Amino acid sequence: MEIKHSQFKRCDLVRLSGRLDSATAPLLEEKLEEITEAGRFRLVLDLGDVDFISSKGWWVLINTQKKCKRFNRGEVLLVNVQPQIRDSLELVGMGKYFKIYDDVASAVGSF
Amino acid sequence: MAKVFKTDRRLFAGRYDSLNEIREFVAEAAQAAQLDSQGIYAIQLAVDEACCNIIDHAYGGEGRGWIDCQVDVRSDGLLVTLIDQGRSFDPERVPPPQIGKPLKAVKPRGVGLYLIKKMVDKMEYRTIAEQGNMMRLFKRKG
Repeated sequence: MEIKHSQFKRCDLVRLSGRLDSATAPLLEEKLEEITEAGRFRLVLDLGDVDFISSKGWWVLINTQKKCKRFNRGEVLLVNVQPQIRDSLELVGMGKYFKIYDDVASAVGSF
Repeated sequence: MAKVFKTDRRLFAGRYDSLNEIREFVAEAAQAAQLDSQGIYAIQLAVDEACCNIIDHAYGGEGRGWIDCQVDVRSDGLLVTLIDQGRSFDPERVPPPQIGKPLKAVKPRGVGLYLIKKMVDKMEYRTIAEQGNMMRLFKRKG
């Protein structure tokens, strides 16, 4: 899994590529912790190049969402979620915890 | 009765870094069984979740045992059989995930097994004295 982080004035953009499973979820968890520990709670996660997410991956995103939402206007937004990944997210009822955007500009602009 | 066109079997170390190899092994068989792209993703996800449960719960951590994975390419779909020598469990006693709970209250328990059941057409689990724990996952083509 590759993780690219860019910091904007109003939010942080994290672009992921590859697979998010039990082997790689800890790497993402570490990166997201680094961002939230720096006091930044408005995150846009671009999942356009992610082709697999297991429940371990979703838990990293859900725990980060819990943390971000504790702070005023903090939130994790998802972008470019591939259809089969989105289906599995909806199937376990986790879809409602995230706003999903079709492009990065709209997600970044919403903050 | 469905015909079995091809059977393949591999042994994987019970570690997270085996998961990608296991998913690729299953995807290749799923393609041979003519599953569509949604079906291939579904069986990969179910097998991944099952293998994580074996590593986390049956073996209690990484590097403590093996995962024996057999794929049967059948005329009606793909059958994946996973065998481990760890602690067994009763799928009926795993509580379902807390779908619909507010974000603050949601916990990971039960999600893996729930996903497995939803992703495949049939799931069977049993413990056989000489072999270990066996989970069979079937995904119909189409």
